[in-house]
Amino acid sequence: MNRIYMDNAATTKVTPPVLEAMLPYFTEFYGNPSSIHGFGRDARKALDRAREQVAKALGAQPQEIYFTGCGTESDNWAIRGGAYAQKPKGKHLITSAIEHHAVLHTMAQLEVEGFEVTYLPVDADGLVHPEDLEKAFRPDTTLVSIMMANNEIGTIQPIAELARIAKAHGALFHTDAVQAIGSVPIDVKALNVDMLSLSGHKFHAPKGVGALYLKKGVKINQLMHGGAQERKQRPGTENIASIVGMGVAIERAAATVDRRNAYLIPLRDRLIQGILQNIPEVRLNGHATKRLPNNANVSIRYIEGESLLLSLDLVGIAASSGSACTSGSLDPSHVLLAIGLPHEIAHGSLRFSLSEDNTMEEVEYVIAELTKIVERLRAMSPLFANA
Amino acid sequence: MMYTPEVMDHFTNPRNVGEIKDYSGTGTVGNAKCGDIMKMDIKVEKGVIVDVKFKTFGCGAAIATSSKATEMVMGKTIDEALTITNKMVMDALGGLPAVKIHCSVLAEEALHEAIKDYKRRLDAGEISD
Repeated sequence: MNRIYMDNAATTKVTPPVLEAMLPYFTEFYGNPSSIHGFGRDARKALDRAREQVAKALGAQPQEIYFTGCGTESDNWAIRGGAYAQKPKGKHLITSAIEHHAVLHTMAQLEVEGFEVTYLPVDADGLVHPEDLEKAFRPDTTLVSIMMANNEIGTIQPIAELARIAKAHGALFHTDAVQAIGSVPIDVKALNVDMLSLSGHKFHAPKGVGALYLKKGVKINQLMHGGAQERKQRPGTENIASIVGMGVAIERAAATVDRRNAYLIPLRDRLIQGILQNIPEVRLNGHATKRLPNNANVSIRYIEGESLLLSLDLVGIAASSGSACTSGSLDPSHVLLAIGLPHEIAHGSLRFSLSEDNTMEEVEYVIAELTKIVERLRAMSPLFANA
Repeated sequence: MMYTPEVMDHFTNPRNVGEIKDYSGTGTVGNAKCGDIMKMDIKVEKGVIVDVKFKTFGCGAAIATSSKATEMVMGKTIDEALTITNKMVMDALGGLPAVKIHCSVLAEEALHEAIKDYKRRLDAGEISD
């Protein structure tokens, strides 16, 4: 059976050019970049080059890029480090209700530690309204963190406008751009953000490597303490091979973003349109146009998400769901609840996230198989019988 | 997370799906908010369950335990059926992942509700044995 991977928001495959670039750094150029000898200098050179590649893709300066272990670490560092560095000025932080848990749970922990957090609502499409941000400011607000694109429903936020409001109030602005890299062209100077988090494995670099953009002059506290790596801001021997991979991956992602989006958007739109047309009582989640070019998220009434995923897996299709049963909790996705879906509809959500490897044939296969699966599961559902 | 082959068998080929029009007892448990609803109908003749059907809105574990439970109560007396626990259903399926154990409780509850309904209707003279 041909397997179809449509779960690229969860993680992506490492592409061959990325892997090829990485391989010599395991066995040949394995030096520690902090060492003075030739082995060390080779590794240092690779580290500098990757930093330039990441900086260029973001419109930043190389000295504004700090490598981390993952997107979660970058989010934690930006928010915790920013909140504590600004603590003498105030204890109020602002975020949105639909952030990734790396942001939401960091905020919740900061509340335990005495900070106060405002969670901005979103509209039915998942958009944060700038006037809501404006109203949330207090004299003691020091930091705002709003994601660039949502990982579940794909909605893209008006980051430049939100950052402008935050700057006008003298607060730091962080954006979690983990899902946006490779899909949305990014220029940190034009966006005027102070901090931006990213994660390599979402754009065809390996897992276990991320970065934080930290604007020159912005001071945040360290998360970890140790050696002098990353200009004394992030200790730990650098994960050179993965950093090299991430440098190549982000360079490729930035250089081909327009071509890739031109390929993906028709696939995404056919998938959404095919599902909505073939299956009754389905809704699209997230904004119709301000959405990631590879994201299709739908809620299918009267069916629970995990049984959809299992059935899709049996015909070789890998997708994802915001149902409680797939998260190990009793509540469905906080994102779907925040856009106003009732629990029972949120439980029947399904996310397909595409990559350039997907084809229109695969999209047609998914539409056809999903239609059959929904029919079978609805025939089994006591809710459908009552409809 | 992994399901056993028995769970996947009952998920892909669920036994006794549907409804019994002239049921002797029916029970619906769970709620859509939690993501699990199970409805079980039983047909009882001379104290023996001669037919049983279910409909489930829920995850793979919920569908598989519903299906297995109907298989286990078919042909049993009411008293025998009442001795069937969610643990027995789960064991018959070769076990469930820890996070899914709560899903298996619904099958036992739905069966008990259906039997309770049968007894109530019997006592009220709505049906005869």
